[in-house]
Amino acid sequence: MNKTINQKAWFFVVPVFVLVAFNAAIPLMTVVNYSFQETFGNNVFAWEGTRWFKQILLSERFHDALGRQIAFTFIILLIQIPLGIGIALTMPKKGWGVPVCLILMSMPLLIPWNVVGAMWNIFALPDIGFLGYSLNAIGFDFNFTQQPGDAWFTTILMDVWHWTSLVVLLSYAGLNSIQPAYYQAAEIDGASRWATFRYIELPKMKKVLTLAILLRFMDSFMIYTEPFVLTGGGPGNATAFLSIDLVKMALGQFDLGPAAAMSLIYFFIVLLVCWVFYSLMMKNEVKS
Amino acid sequence: MSLELKNVEKKVEIETHIYPTNIKLEKNTINVLLGSTLAGKTTLMQIMAGLDKPTSGEIWFNGENVTGKQVQKRNVSMVYQQFINYPSFTVYENIASPLKITGVNSDEIKERVGKVAELLKLSAMLDKKPDELSGGQQQRTALARALVKDSDLILLDEPLANLDFKLREELREELPKLFEDRECIVVYATTEPSDALMIGGNTATILEGKIIQYGKTLDVYNKPKNLTSAKVFSDPPMNIAEIFKSGDTCKLTDNSVQWKSNVKIKDGNYKIGIRPHNITTYKEGNNTVEINGKVLISELSGSESLIHFTNGNLNWVSLSNGIQQKNIGENTKLFMNVDEFLYFDENNRLVNHG
Repeated sequence: MNKTINQKAWFFVVPVFVLVAFNAAIPLMTVVNYSFQETFGNNVFAWEGTRWFKQILLSERFHDALGRQIAFTFIILLIQIPLGIGIALTMPKKGWGVPVCLILMSMPLLIPWNVVGAMWNIFALPDIGFLGYSLNAIGFDFNFTQQPGDAWFTTILMDVWHWTSLVVLLSYAGLNSIQPAYYQAAEIDGASRWATFRYIELPKMKKVLTLAILLRFMDSFMIYTEPFVLTGGGPGNATAFLSIDLVKMALGQFDLGPAAAMSLIYFFIVLLVCWVFYSLMMKNEVKS
Repeated sequence: MSLELKNVEKKVEIETHIYPTNIKLEKNTINVLLGSTLAGKTTLMQIMAGLDKPTSGEIWFNGENVTGKQVQKRNVSMVYQQFINYPSFTVYENIASPLKITGVNSDEIKERVGKVAELLKLSAMLDKKPDELSGGQQQRTALARALVKDSDLILLDEPLANLDFKLREELREELPKLFEDRECIVVYATTEPSDALMIGGNTATILEGKIIQYGKTLDVYNKPKNLTSAKVFSDPPMNIAEIFKSGDTCKLTDNSVQWKSNVKIKDGNYKIGIRPHNITTYKEGNNTVEINGKVLISELSGSESLIHFTNGNLNWVSLSNGIQQKNIGENTKLFMNVDEFLYFDENNRLVNHG
């Protein structure tokens, strides 16, 4: 059989090729390029090998930022996942309440991130913001621009407000896919509400929850816009999470080499955690 | 032991799902609820179980009014069309779960689960999770969960509908045996007349929220009270034709077919119902009459041949044993077994007895 030769097919492949090259491969390679070299501008480069990687991995500043980042992600996951499941469980399954709840839940997700930051900044201001003023009025000495604890409290509250809805919507979808017969079977068995949740709802939600945790992990681990607008990483470096610290290094100090090395390390941490978590969760699912 | 529904009615908003219904199910019986989808079988079962409350009427069990009594306190079990098991439990834990909740001690659980597992051929897979099993095994697990409890009432809601043909046949044969030595009432809902015949026991034909007829399965099949009951209990659909009887001669109103009959009914107009397997390409029975037809469709179903044909203005269905090759459009001769005709009067009531 003769193969038809049709060079026109290249026209179909090339656009994707160019697109991927420009939005992924080339920028990434630029970062890789910077991470091994020193530059003083004017397109002058000097080879530095793995120096920047060693410097970053050993620097206290990176350790601190990473520690803050892990703590932040851990705390918000700990709050948002159970809270999201809890809200989803209490949402109505039919009737007019369904669209009302769904719209209410989607609202925070539709607001641009920097607007969320600005909103909460004003909301929490101790002198004029509703939250800040009220807290002070009832006796708390609350000032998120001065006190690290308050800054953390506000950042976490903001993130919970902004993103719990995502967990709610995913859990709700997972719950709705459970056939009513499961609940009847549990009722016939005389299973308690807790047993029904633990042995029917939770296993049935496993896949959407894995997805929810992954999404929330990635997003919170790379959080930038909201804390940048809310606290700017302060007071001091109290809320300088990895990406805020990275931007400070790259744009504030123009340390392109170390910043590029840090970007790559950052990228690999996210990739590694996602991969390990996903493999663990899906270990038993392969067969089915 | 008995289960009795007294004037049970179920309405959802303005829609009536079950019209006032009276039925009494006796101890140690298997009762088939036969009707098409949405006929109200599931609603009836849920009312029987106590999963759903009737709008009006009462449910009596063993002489006790159990209307509105919670299902957990009723000692019932139910098997669904979907294979419902606890997804994170092994087969063993699944079967044991109803016993654990009621606080049976672990030695006894072990013994009872082992027995039921053997009965349902699950002994080799007790350590597996439901999603590692085939559909048939998943449904066996669900059945085992229902049986292990020694319930007074076991409800099976189209348990075989989601299984493929071979597994369905296999499990259908086993089912009646599973309940043989049990002190319980079994209710089995199905859309398939053949299920009812295979399972035996009693059958209730149901249409649009009403029980049309309830009695011994063979009685309901052989002596349907009326045309509706006969239609519900016939698959492929029953052939129905208008006839005129005068003396001992009956004929289709279009005069195309004529036969002698000794049924003791007055002369006049009737309807006859003929089940497809009583029209065959060969003579069967002592008393047959010929009918000419033009073949519309001819299809094989297992080792049987289904031939749809027209005679006059009517479409007929026939079901013959073996492979009967017919071409579409072909004119053919078929034989009807006169002794099996069902005669219905103008109110669609059965007037002869087979």
